[in-house]
Amino acid sequence: MHDWLAMGGYAQYVWPAYAVFFLVFAWDWLAPRFRRGRLLKELRGRLARERVRREKAAA
Amino acid sequence: MMSRSYLPHWMHLLGSPPVFYRFAGTLRPWLFWSALLLAAIGLYGGLVLAPADYQQGDAYRIIFIHVPCAWMSLFAYGCMAVAALVAMVWRVKLAEVIAMECAPVGAAFTLVTLITGSLWGKPMWGAWWTWDARLTSELVLLFLYLGVIGLDHAIEDRRRGARAASLLALVGVVNLPIVHYSVVWWNTLHQGSTVQLLGPSKIAPGMLWPLLTMALATHLYFFASVLNRTRVGLLAVEGGKEWARSIVAENAHA
Repeated sequence: MHDWLAMGGYAQYVWPAYAVFFLVFAWDWLAPRFRRGRLLKELRGRLARERVRREKAAA
Repeated sequence: MMSRSYLPHWMHLLGSPPVFYRFAGTLRPWLFWSALLLAAIGLYGGLVLAPADYQQGDAYRIIFIHVPCAWMSLFAYGCMAVAALVAMVWRVKLAEVIAMECAPVGAAFTLVTLITGSLWGKPMWGAWWTWDARLTSELVLLFLYLGVIGLDHAIEDRRRGARAASLLALVGVVNLPIVHYSVVWWNTLHQGSTVQLLGPSKIAPGMLWPLLTMALATHLYFFASVLNRTRVGLLAVEGGKEWARSIVAENAHA
């Protein structure tokens, strides 16, 4: 296990490369989720404002 | 309905944003989890089972992410360009969204290619970076992706922005053969292609299968990620439409 982690002396290059790979794609996968959350909040606000306007017009 | 179309009915249907939204939602988990499973198998093969290289020792193991990401950086650009062409010629809204959502995924692959290449170059060449043809054209590819994303965001009207950025994406296609053939056309520090589509590959089988497994995993991930992003993109463009409103209502407490 220790030998494997040492990567024949190249651990300082191999593991950061793999870390970058996973971090970038974790961001790539999660970023749309956050964007979706913001978007739904914005659309909910828009719907609520429209409802208020309709009710005012009806009153 | 009067329609003189060359496209089969299901393609028309799939081009409709609400249908595509649900279709993408169904396909996404299958693509994502099979990509993850294949990546686990490929990385186990590459990091544990594959032997060390007789020249490069264990440093070569960066190949299992570097090369698949480099292939994907070109493949993603090709997909973006096809969607951009459809967006410009037929003004299909779905194609506009897909073209724009390909860009960040392609940029991610390009960025990972550049960084992992740098981490591989340091111990092998003694330099993090060099201005040779392969590295420089790959950097230009990253700037093209960032240009497409930037142009898309710079124009207030979403659809106009997407079409302007699509034009830039199409112009940038000229860079694809430059990246691919750079190691042939110019004298470069970067090694030539290890894997040949036609003819024998210059790599041991024990190293080849993890590499190809990772290539398949990154392809599946690419499609999963584009579908993931396209769903949100469609909600954003169609925010005022009835189908989008019902999704907002469904997620009232999300």
